[in-house]
Amino acid sequence: MKTYQLPEVKIERDKDRCIDCQVCVRQCAFEAHIVDEDGEVYSEDEKCVACQRCVSLCPTNALTIKDNKPFVKDNANWTAETQKYIWKQAETGGVLLTGMGNPKPYPIYWDHMLLNASQVTNPSIDPLREPMELRTYLGSKPDKIDIKMVDGEPVLNTKLAPQLMVKTPILFSAMSFGAVSYSVCEGLARASKELGTFWNTGEGGLPQNLYEYGPNTIVQVASGRFGVHSEYLDAAAAIEIKIGQGAKPGIGGHLPGEKVGAEVSRTRMIPVGSDAISPAPHHDIYSIEDLSQLIFSLKEATEYTKPISVKISAVHNVAAIASGIARAGADIIAIDGFRGGTGAAPTMIRDNVGIPIELAIAAVDTRLRDEAIRNRVSVIAAGGFRNSADVIKAIALGADAVYLGTAALVAMGCHVCQMCYTGKCNWGIATQDPYLEKRLNPDVAAERLFNLVRGWSHEIAEMLGGMGLNAIESLRGNRLHLRSIGLSTEEMDILGLQAAGSPMA
Amino acid sequence: MKGRIHRRNISGCGLAGMMSEDGRLMSGEGIIRSMEVLHDRSNGLGGGFAGYGIYPDRQDHYALHIMYDDIKAKEMTDVLIDEWFEVDAEEVIPTRKVPGVGKAPLLWRYFVKPSADFNECGVCEEDYVIDAVMLVNSTVEGAFIFSSGKNMGAFKAVGFPEDVGKFYRLDEYEGYTWIGHGRFPTNTPGWWGGAHPFTILDWAIVHNGEISSYGINKRYLEMFGYKCTMLTDTEVVAYSFDLLLRRHNLPIELACKALAASFWTDIDRMKAQGKKVADVYEALRMVYGGGLLNGPFAIILGHANGMVGLSDRVKLRPLVAARKDDMLYIASEESAIREVASGLDKVWNPKAGEPVIGELRIPVSNTDAVRELEETVA
Amino acid sequence: MKRVYTKEEACIGCRLCEVHCLTEHSRSKNIIKAHKKEFPRALSRVLVEELRPVSFAVQCRHCDEPVCVEACITGAITKDESGKVVHDEEKCVGCWTCVLVCPHGAPRRDLERKKVAKCDLCPDRETPACVEMCPNRALVYEER
Ligand code: SF4
Ligand code: SF4
Ligand code: SF4
Ligand code: SF4
Repeated sequence: MKTYQLPEVKIERDKDRCIDCQVCVRQCAFEAHIVDEDGEVYSEDEKCVACQRCVSLCPTNALTIKDNKPFVKDNANWTAETQKYIWKQAETGGVLLTGMGNPKPYPIYWDHMLLNASQVTNPSIDPLREPMELRTYLGSKPDKIDIKMVDGEPVLNTKLAPQLMVKTPILFSAMSFGAVSYSVCEGLARASKELGTFWNTGEGGLPQNLYEYGPNTIVQVASGRFGVHSEYLDAAAAIEIKIGQGAKPGIGGHLPGEKVGAEVSRTRMIPVGSDAISPAPHHDIYSIEDLSQLIFSLKEATEYTKPISVKISAVHNVAAIASGIARAGADIIAIDGFRGGTGAAPTMIRDNVGIPIELAIAAVDTRLRDEAIRNRVSVIAAGGFRNSADVIKAIALGADAVYLGTAALVAMGCHVCQMCYTGKCNWGIATQDPYLEKRLNPDVAAERLFNLVRGWSHEIAEMLGGMGLNAIESLRGNRLHLRSIGLSTEEMDILGLQAAGSPMA
Repeated sequence: MKGRIHRRNISGCGLAGMMSEDGRLMSGEGIIRSMEVLHDRSNGLGGGFAGYGIYPDRQDHYALHIMYDDIKAKEMTDVLIDEWFEVDAEEVIPTRKVPGVGKAPLLWRYFVKPSADFNECGVCEEDYVIDAVMLVNSTVEGAFIFSSGKNMGAFKAVGFPEDVGKFYRLDEYEGYTWIGHGRFPTNTPGWWGGAHPFTILDWAIVHNGEISSYGINKRYLEMFGYKCTMLTDTEVVAYSFDLLLRRHNLPIELACKALAASFWTDIDRMKAQGKKVADVYEALRMVYGGGLLNGPFAIILGHANGMVGLSDRVKLRPLVAARKDDMLYIASEESAIREVASGLDKVWNPKAGEPVIGELRIPVSNTDAVRELEETVA
Repeated sequence: MKRVYTKEEACIGCRLCEVHCLTEHSRSKNIIKAHKKEFPRALSRVLVEELRPVSFAVQCRHCDEPVCVEACITGAITKDESGKVVHDEEKCVGCWTCVLVCPHGAPRRDLERKKVAKCDLCPDRETPACVEMCPNRALVYEER
């Protein structure tokens, strides 16, 4: 069928600079650059997805990828985008698919929060001279500890639940092998070990070669139960039950058969080339009691040595759900906001379901404190953290730590072109094509991830010191160090914030 | 709070404390002199004291010190007090006219015991008293209970500490522990209740500094039912000690280690050296992270069985300690100690986050909790 | 001696090594000029072999027992004291004997100039151009 879709980008090649080296031709898996029989390179704009791979690699800076939004007559309702979706569906009759997180211009609350700093009455602390402690323990804690004195020495008389110790309150979010390439997994695993933090297998199992990184690995048990077996659970530092994902609350996952090669097949324990479909709900979890059973089955299976996390997407009732999960015995609750990424999701769901992580953190933390069970669980927030300021604001709102997904991918080269679901990622990230996958050298990936988190951690330490604090726990849930700007009183109420300019109270 | 807008107060201050570990009684005149030396550390906007052992005749009663804006506030409070307590005596707190102390609120004290049926509430006696204090302080307009311990009392006002001490005629009381405070607030609420010490039950806190972690400390304490109505850092310190020492039965050293926690590098080092206590310190940080007091502070805590001095984990505010015979002295400046004691056996600068602990050789056993506490400490 | 080694698993077949090798061996050392304005055009001394998804860059191995040195009819190729196999263009007559005998296919024929072009390990650089410019660290320059 003739497509009515209009090209959205324009590829400009500066012919004075182009040396016809064909690097761009070889790099573009979407075949937007073509070489003719005379060896001259030209482009087909409509194929370009604006991943910027060719631009990054062109040795002469001859290329520019430009926004070329089609002009349709001004209409707030029938925008170019709405029309594009209709054309697409009229041509295919299918569900609109996309990748990454919600790109719509919903409010970004991080940009409506301002951090505090000390002046005079309370000295700021210089992180270069004084210790600045970011170490965080994730897991269930008792309300109090019991001490007994043995020979005049205090001895702990309370058995503590297993904990994950992170040197910085930043972990890597679940991204499954299959959705992302092996190099991504290896990069994440190696960076985690180096950083003293954790990566998360997602629902795709743990590739055999990465078992050595088990002590820095959180393994997921999702509704498809791919790759779940006893060694998998034993290898991990913690287990995460995946209920939902911010990009697609309420639905399951689908890894197309083309992405299921030999290694993915072995790791997921499914036949080569078969679609890997995880159902929307876990078919053994239809209520909170069922969740509790799974939590305790996993605890039994691992002899109560590992924290169990439950990951949910941030939905309207998130506070009550989180409270239920805490009471069901989870040690950690991971909440994924609607800007959280995905390898593939129906566009309508990604763009219209769920709530921002900022509101979810605040609501959950408040609720758990109101019920006096905040100590029982740790809260990891996920979903679109862009920089260290977002992270520190999340902690001030009440999160114990954050998960980085998209930011980690961007660090490795992703340019958020949202084509993850095509399997043709030009950056070697969201692909299983061996030719493309090679583009991400795990050495480079690990180093870039390490650098990113190190940089953010330094910034967090600096901001913390600026507030006159030298331990991250003194900021966790300390909303007095945040002020809101440009928010309604209702939003401020949910976030538990006062307006910028109101005095310290 | 109740129509009065009290913003959290940021202040630099002077503090002093003295105790006889033998439980010898001393007149309040000494602590007044000691505080007078620290005159320059306050600006006349608040001074206060707490004395222990001052009501020997009624040592089984909770002594409620209450300030009222007007008689109507007293009438409303009296209804609540009659409902919650059996009142043994009720009197005006004796004062004398002093030039440096301005117009006073109505100052009353009551000697009370929980009413006979309090057991039906299913809480322990101390929690019952705390509930009553919080009820009055958060609901009765113009009434403020500023002292609620047994055989002890807090005395505070707007003014320089030495004037406040004379105003309350502290020279006429005798106690085995005295703590004092002079305030230098950077804003001026000008309210008598805002002066230190801050007390709950027999815990009395005087404090110099700012708790930058206030926002989380407050929310943390709220989980345990404390209502931080005063919006002062000091209130948070007092409740923290109440929680850790009385309700969670932690030994004083460990409570201090929770509030001014050791650095991870130190804990790791102790672990590497195979010291078992490192596990305790680690657990304290994990479990009591929300209670960690972060920011510059020096505090003196008074309680029925002793006195504790503590500075923040990097010691951003001064604190000096000294001993002579059975006496322990703690103050912002050494001069405040030298003023009242000569021939000291030992004067030292306590390290950051390391508590200075004074304990009665023969502890008072006025409550079950304190008895339990003694057992743990012993 | 330090040599250039290829990490086949990281080579993505982009051929940027070729582009930068050529530039390095041009007169201007300006990438655009070297490719568009200089005639005869310089030749890259590295060649990427490719059978997707496998690819790797091949250049002179600077062999310990170089057959090209033995075979060269004019003595244009020698092994210097550092171990580097050097090619003297002045002496090269373009007989292609080295091309025939090199087991790695490293010497390349510059048909226009009738000379062989061969990796010289970029004498003007700290790190060879191909190694430095490889976007995926598929080439390393090290002692083994
Ligand atoms: S990579 Fe750049 S220089 Fe090479 S062909 Fe493409 S546009 Fe031209
Ligand atoms: S899809 Fe990516 S690599 Fe291809 S032309 Fe567009 S920006 Fe370049
Ligand atoms: S530049 Fe590197 S990745 Fe590209 S072809 Fe050469 S060796 Fe391979
Ligand atoms: S080392 Fe220099 S001369 Fe040899 S192949 Fe690499 S770039 Fe070319």
